[in-house]
Amino acid sequence: MNAPTSPPDLRVSALVVLAGIGGAWALLISSLADPATPKDGAFWGATIVVALLAVSGIRRLAAIDGPRMYASASALLFGGWLLYFWQLFTIALDVPRVLLPAPSLIAAAFGEHMGTLQSDFVQTVVRAVALGWVLGSGLGFCVGVAIDRMPFLQRGLLPLASLTSTIPLVGVAPIAVMWFGFEWPSKAAVVVLMTFFPMLVSTLAGLRAADRLERELMHSYAASYWRTLWSLRLPTALPFLFSALKVNATLALIGAIVAEFFGSPTSGLGFRISTEATRMNMGLVWAAVAVAAVTGSAVYALLVSIEKRAAFWHPSVRGKK
Amino acid sequence: MATTTSAPPPSWGQRLTEQGLPIAVVLLFTMALWYALTVYLNAPGAIERVLEPKGPWTWQDLVAATMTVQRPVLPAPHQVALDLYSSLVDWPVTSPRNLLFHVAVTGESTLVGFVMGTLLGLVLSVCIVHSRTLDKALLPWIVASQSIPVLAIAPIVLVILGTMGFSGVAPKAVIAMYLCFFPVTVAMVQGLRSPQVIETEMMHTYAATRWQALWMLRLPAALPFLFPALRVGIAAGLVGAMVAELPTGAQAGLGARLLTGSYYGQTVQIWSALVMSAFVGLALTAAMGAIEALVLGKRRQL
Repeated sequence: MNAPTSPPDLRVSALVVLAGIGGAWALLISSLADPATPKDGAFWGATIVVALLAVSGIRRLAAIDGPRMYASASALLFGGWLLYFWQLFTIALDVPRVLLPAPSLIAAAFGEHMGTLQSDFVQTVVRAVALGWVLGSGLGFCVGVAIDRMPFLQRGLLPLASLTSTIPLVGVAPIAVMWFGFEWPSKAAVVVLMTFFPMLVSTLAGLRAADRLERELMHSYAASYWRTLWSLRLPTALPFLFSALKVNATLALIGAIVAEFFGSPTSGLGFRISTEATRMNMGLVWAAVAVAAVTGSAVYALLVSIEKRAAFWHPSVRGKK
Repeated sequence: MATTTSAPPPSWGQRLTEQGLPIAVVLLFTMALWYALTVYLNAPGAIERVLEPKGPWTWQDLVAATMTVQRPVLPAPHQVALDLYSSLVDWPVTSPRNLLFHVAVTGESTLVGFVMGTLLGLVLSVCIVHSRTLDKALLPWIVASQSIPVLAIAPIVLVILGTMGFSGVAPKAVIAMYLCFFPVTVAMVQGLRSPQVIETEMMHTYAATRWQALWMLRLPAALPFLFPALRVGIAAGLVGAMVAELPTGAQAGLGARLLTGSYYGQTVQIWSALVMSAFVGLALTAAMGAIEALVLGKRRQL
């Protein structure tokens, strides 16, 4: 079973990882990987050797106990190997571009259509997503704070607001197009609708997070409602607010992109993905997807780092290094 | 709140006034707002197209006209309800004019994808929990995928499967599948890890094998984590199946119904398709809730 194995020697591990990378490089530029050469035992043998080196390198890195750096390194190495084999097989086996373009082709498409993708990014992310996200989350927060003192309204609104997460809200995109036109305001409207309810639910939950004891302490200080809200209840609600902001960031991107699938002007990430896919220009499609993915994770990372600064005192943040 | 164990459980009457009444009030208010918006938004069109040609008109005429105008900006709730009702009653279930037909098309791919995605997520999470390498190398990517719009690759999946000769349910189910897969995997890894050290060590002292520990300790402990993920997954799968119906110019399905409605400016059709898809989403989630209650119901009472 799980016999406690001694951690692998660092120097040997480094050697295995480097040997794998070197072998991979040699295989990729050798004539074996050329689509013109027939794929015989030599190619498959070399591929298996590289694959074994790759697996062994990842295993060794993952087995190291220690700083988190090693864990991220093995994840990065795994991602790198995935990309490598994607590149190797698509090139060497001459996989049709429609089916799966090689990463190098996607990168080339990215470089070639930089200007297009930039305007798509501005159209979708800077306009529709950012505005919709701020408006939707802001409205959700304000309504949450406003109805905080009305338990009757809360009891009525909260169950309905939680139910909206099960409804395909993005389906309102065609209606938004009719009301606000083809341009980005209709996409922003969809995003507002999609981000409003998660924020409302989280705000209400966060405002209830403060302890009874803490509230009574504020009461004994003769703190007013607003003072209690500002000094106690909003700070305790911060983790809830941030988790809603993070969820909303992803939802907003999905909402804007999918709303563009339903109909859009001639730019936008969703528009690019859907139209270039029908034209079988898959390199550009993958490049647009990559832009969306990088945007999503970058915004998420940004929010996490802001949360660390804003709610540094909270146990949920302190626990993480 | 804190400890309410001493208080008797609320009676049905109490629950109705405490829970039902506020919800009813909010719903009524929403309806009133909807009607007000209907009048307000449709008024210019109604005045221009219906009332002005006929000559002088009163505000009663205006209200009536806003509810009957062709292709309204916002149809009134009763118009949507009537359209829904007539589509369900006036046409056989096999007709594309019946919304249940579209519900069946979308529901089929949602459910097929949901089952496949859940199974895949279960298998992979078990592998991740038992393999340090997968845990360190693969899990971070799956977690990171939660923050990126994975739905964006739906058109790619459609093209790939289309060139490989798949059509019909398969591409839509695949999209629903990968949307379900991510939340289920992440939640199950968390759930399978939830047993305390003392519990896993007890299994160890019983000389339980890995499989026994998985079956008797980890899986039961993971169930409370699984069901919320299933609810998220099936809702995401429904969105995925609807989105997958867009680019293919699909003839059937709720997503296709939304798209054709917007092509021809049939606002009432869009709204009834939207209301229907909301009902489908609610029904699927409610079904998940019912299964959860069946499986975990006894446990809660302990």
